[in-house]
Amino acid sequence: MARMKFICDAERCIECNGCVTACKAENNVPWGVNRRRVVTLDDGVAGEKSISVACMHCSDAPCMAVCPVNCFYRTDEGVVLHDKDVCIGCGYCSYACPFGAPQFPSNGEFGLRGKMDKCTFCAGGPEVNGSEAENAKYGRNRLSEGKLPACAEMCSTKALLGGDGDVVAEIFRTRVLNRGKGSEVWGWGTAYGKPVQTSSAGTNGVVKK
Amino acid sequence: MRAAIPMLSIAAAMLCGCGEKAQTADASSRKVDEPAWTVSNAAEPAFNAAGWKSSGDKAAWEQQIRQRGQAQNDYAR
Repeated sequence: MARMKFICDAERCIECNGCVTACKAENNVPWGVNRRRVVTLDDGVAGEKSISVACMHCSDAPCMAVCPVNCFYRTDEGVVLHDKDVCIGCGYCSYACPFGAPQFPSNGEFGLRGKMDKCTFCAGGPEVNGSEAENAKYGRNRLSEGKLPACAEMCSTKALLGGDGDVVAEIFRTRVLNRGKGSEVWGWGTAYGKPVQTSSAGTNGVVKK
Repeated sequence: MRAAIPMLSIAAAMLCGCGEKAQTADASSRKVDEPAWTVSNAAEPAFNAAGWKSSGDKAAWEQQIRQRGQAQNDYAR
């Protein structure tokens, strides 16, 4: 059985925010809510890294554990979803989540704190698959259309991988094995080519090839 | 007798107001979601992945998702 997971490759992410835009457009995400965000580590320092973060659809999700009205559920594919008709907007899940995934729109049913909204892995919600009601509350149900999340499929550098956990893990593993490590991945050699290694240097500092 | 029926109805309605729903964790009124591989009449077939049609078969859906996932693999192109 497929276990849906995201992996973000920090070596490839160029902080373009294409995943954020794709998510917002595909799911009609309201103002004030970003289901997915790009976080930059060591910003401004040489070697800074960016990663795209959203709900990680935890196998043992803390949001599910703390919800007082039990609005969360996990699908057979391991996607953590919630029922907005049950959510009371208490915000406990927001405090419990280590990734900041649960978001609250500022114009919801409860005034300043509306019903919780989060990444659905483009799997919609408990409404009928592909229905108008599902689209209005949770966004697009791409999984039932035989597709993967819009953020991962729109990623221009394929830094963000999404899908069956075994498949994306194998893709990532192959990638790491092929690209090597150290200056081969990032640095002067990658940008301008590797220095020519010769045993004998010519006159006037010209390197013989 | 004729007057008793409306009175009983009003009393029943008022008593309903005194009722209380269970508030335990397992008493959630959360809806049951249908699996992703089921065929939904509400879905627009034009939105399906190109060349793929939902048949309601779990194995076929999983195969489609795995195949789609390989589109992210630069080394398999």
